[in-house]
Amino acid sequence: MEKDQNKILSDVTSGEYKYGFYSDIETEQIPKGLSEEVIKVISKKKDEPDWLLEFRLKSYRHWLTLKMPAWAHLEIPPINYQDIIYYAAPRKKETLKSVDDIDPELKKTFDKLGISLEEQKHLAGVAVDAVMDSVSVKTTFRETLAELGIIFCSFSEAVKEYPELVKRYLGTVVPYTDNFFASLNSAVFSDGSFCYIPKGVRCPMELSTYFRINSANTGQFERTLLVADEESYVSYLEGCTAPMRDENQLHAAIVEIVVEKNAEVKYSTVQNWYPGSREGKGGIFNFVTKRGMCKGENSKISWTQVETGSAITWKYPSCVLRGDNSIGEFYSVAVTNNYQQADTGTKMIHVGKNTKSTIVSKGISAGRGQNSYRGLVKVLKNAAYARNFSQCDSLLLGDRCGAHTFPYLEVENQTAIVEHEATTSKIGEDQIFYCNQRGISTEDAIALIVNGYAREVLNKLPMEFAVEAQKLLQISLEGSIG
Amino acid sequence: MSGNSEIKDRYLKLYKDNIERISGNSSPYINFFREAAFEKFKTLGVPSKKDEAYKYTNLDTFFEHDYKSYFMPAPSDFKKAEEFRCDVPDLDTHGIILLNGFYPTIYDKLRQLPSGVWIGSLNEAAIKFPDKIEKHYGKYAQSETDGLIHLNTSLASDGVFVYVPEGVTLTKPVQVVNLVQSEEDMFNQHRNLVIVEKNAEISLIVCDHTLSPQKFLTNAVTEVFVGENSHFDIIRVQNEHNNACKITHTFIHQEKESVTSSNNITLHGGLIRNSTYHYLGGEKAESYSYGLFLTDKWQHVDNYVNVDHAFPNCTSNQLFKGVLDDMSTGAFAGRILVRKDAQGTNAYQKNNNILLTDDARMFTKPQLEIYADDVKCSHGATIGQLDDDALFYLRSRGINKRDARLMLMFGFAHELIKNIKIEPLRDRMDNLVMQRLKGELSRCASCLVKCDNLQNK
Repeated sequence: MEKDQNKILSDVTSGEYKYGFYSDIETEQIPKGLSEEVIKVISKKKDEPDWLLEFRLKSYRHWLTLKMPAWAHLEIPPINYQDIIYYAAPRKKETLKSVDDIDPELKKTFDKLGISLEEQKHLAGVAVDAVMDSVSVKTTFRETLAELGIIFCSFSEAVKEYPELVKRYLGTVVPYTDNFFASLNSAVFSDGSFCYIPKGVRCPMELSTYFRINSANTGQFERTLLVADEESYVSYLEGCTAPMRDENQLHAAIVEIVVEKNAEVKYSTVQNWYPGSREGKGGIFNFVTKRGMCKGENSKISWTQVETGSAITWKYPSCVLRGDNSIGEFYSVAVTNNYQQADTGTKMIHVGKNTKSTIVSKGISAGRGQNSYRGLVKVLKNAAYARNFSQCDSLLLGDRCGAHTFPYLEVENQTAIVEHEATTSKIGEDQIFYCNQRGISTEDAIALIVNGYAREVLNKLPMEFAVEAQKLLQISLEGSIG
Repeated sequence: MSGNSEIKDRYLKLYKDNIERISGNSSPYINFFREAAFEKFKTLGVPSKKDEAYKYTNLDTFFEHDYKSYFMPAPSDFKKAEEFRCDVPDLDTHGIILLNGFYPTIYDKLRQLPSGVWIGSLNEAAIKFPDKIEKHYGKYAQSETDGLIHLNTSLASDGVFVYVPEGVTLTKPVQVVNLVQSEEDMFNQHRNLVIVEKNAEISLIVCDHTLSPQKFLTNAVTEVFVGENSHFDIIRVQNEHNNACKITHTFIHQEKESVTSSNNITLHGGLIRNSTYHYLGGEKAESYSYGLFLTDKWQHVDNYVNVDHAFPNCTSNQLFKGVLDDMSTGAFAGRILVRKDAQGTNAYQKNNNILLTDDARMFTKPQLEIYADDVKCSHGATIGQLDDDALFYLRSRGINKRDARLMLMFGFAHELIKNIKIEPLRDRMDNLVMQRLKGELSRCASCLVKCDNLQNK
């Protein structure tokens, strides 16, 4: 632990975004622009069946009728959707012998990010699907997992190998008509992860997807589909980084989760896209639709997110609690520093009886960051004995930033109990003074207090991620004090 | 915003047909605003569910209706108003009675109280005190999104004017009784202006009553200016029938070190929307905003509060509660805005609601928007039912279920009633709330209107 702390300290002093490098990998790209033709090209490149192309085109036609939503508390510069490359893939080298071998340059990139693509060297118990730009480059531990009947592969492989499963679940939780960015994603999504946990299986290792944007001018549109069949359990992690660039890049993903009877899914995200420079130049626009459906009785979904990156975040991981006694949880820490903006939160839709949901959201604003919590708790007429508790706290570091809370509570059943509370405050001078007195510098004292403040959420993360997230928090806030 | 051009056309016609009569009756300064305000209304329209501020309130059924709107009442119309007596025992006030937004002839239209306070008609005041009107009229009721405020500015024919000179403390409250009575369905708008100068103090009671069962739509705007170190309280008691729609917009502008409170008590009404805007325009100002509503049948009550902390070291507190029965719906939207340099702000907000049936619905939206760091802000909202433990506690002491429930609900509501500083009114409110909770509909018990028989829902 002590070693960890020393490391944290050195990280804090060196600071800056450490994943901002660019790997020179030969990539295959299609020209900029979006049209039915482009969608056909993507579909053809991925060798997709007709029904999927049909789905894409349907989504695209619907997208054309939509306007970009303006309700979020964000200032989004206009996005030219014709100025984005919708497909970019690292080119496969012909010299490689088997399909499982990967380009050493790619391997180096992921090593640098701390993600090992080689199974034996890897931290025990984490299987990784690594996605760069538009394609999945490698999925580890596939065979080990397959022995248990668990399917864990890239989305494109799933379409080829398990078309029935994909067809059955695709778009059932996030329909292509859901919102502007969901429609866009449904039209042009390139790759992502697919995971199916069969009946009664408790997944022995953490599954994870690592997203990396590498090429310039591309948008990343991946799609994750996770199905937990009856009585199963899985813990899923997601991480992401991108190079430092002066232009904004668009990331519009969809995550769909289906949880059957008695099953449980834990989904954790550490989002660390490039946040833009100190002056607010560049950075990723992170517009993501994430939703889980608790389909069966006693099912459970738990979202945990640590949002430190991205220039703009627009993200509401939600739970539809359809099964009786199902449970939805949302734990979030969102940090905005410099010119970052975040509008994030959750939706808990109580449909079944005795459903429960918990929301814990911690926002931290520094510099000129704007941080909003936006959440909906909806209890439908037949959701008897629904129970919700929400807590949203905001911490302000500096007098130029903003923290906002926009909860919506809609209750249509008399037996429901819905509670929401929120506070906004800054770090108490007495707290800092207390630390100073004991020889802790102000910078460290703030790091300490912030970590304590976010602890409730960080505790929900798997161990390796929690350490990572703790470090991230410090780096993100570096330079925001004084 | 509202796509309903039919509604717009109706009000366009109303404006064109009557603007001359309205203008002829009021002062040039008030008329000066009308045209621009109407243009604004034309672009904004009647708010619909698409407008964030009206997300849970559908005004269409009331605005689509054909009303008689008249701008010049006949003296015979005032007979009912002259007979009206406030039924609150021992309440000693300076009374103003308005019928359909107009002044009956029983009092002088504008009168001076012994302490130098002026109360009466806004139109009369505009003639007598043009400087005061020019200084304050139209300065606080500003909105870029709500078309109804502009509709009021363009068409309001008269309203209440209250002027409290510097250093005057008025011991007796001023009571404004808004009566609505007509043989036909009616739309009426009035516009009020309250000016409280430095170091002064006044309480205002506004009572809303309907005296006939016709369909009524009221759209009222009140502007209040509260000077430095002054105190101002407004208590609104709304008791209208199920066929009436009441929309009020109250803008309270506070100077430094002033203290204001607003209390909206809704006992009865078909559709009620109260928007209250508090602007804390000086250091160390305090504002308190309260609201209580008890609904049943198909009623809908929507409370919207906006507290704007524009200066440092101000305090605000909001407390809104609702008890919803039958198929009624309620909405609450509260917003605390702390501007960039408003350091040292303390702002609190609480909204509690009880649903009594499975058909009742409640929507709440407490919001914080904060741009300063040295602040203490919190909000809490709950929607639930009576506490089972408390109920058990009472029942284990031999209190029957019905009485125990009543006691708990009464206690729930009393938290707001107790903020009324005027004792006779507070007792009366306790009484009315109790009757209302017992199901002896406080309004209907003493009312000859029998609106439910006529209701066409």
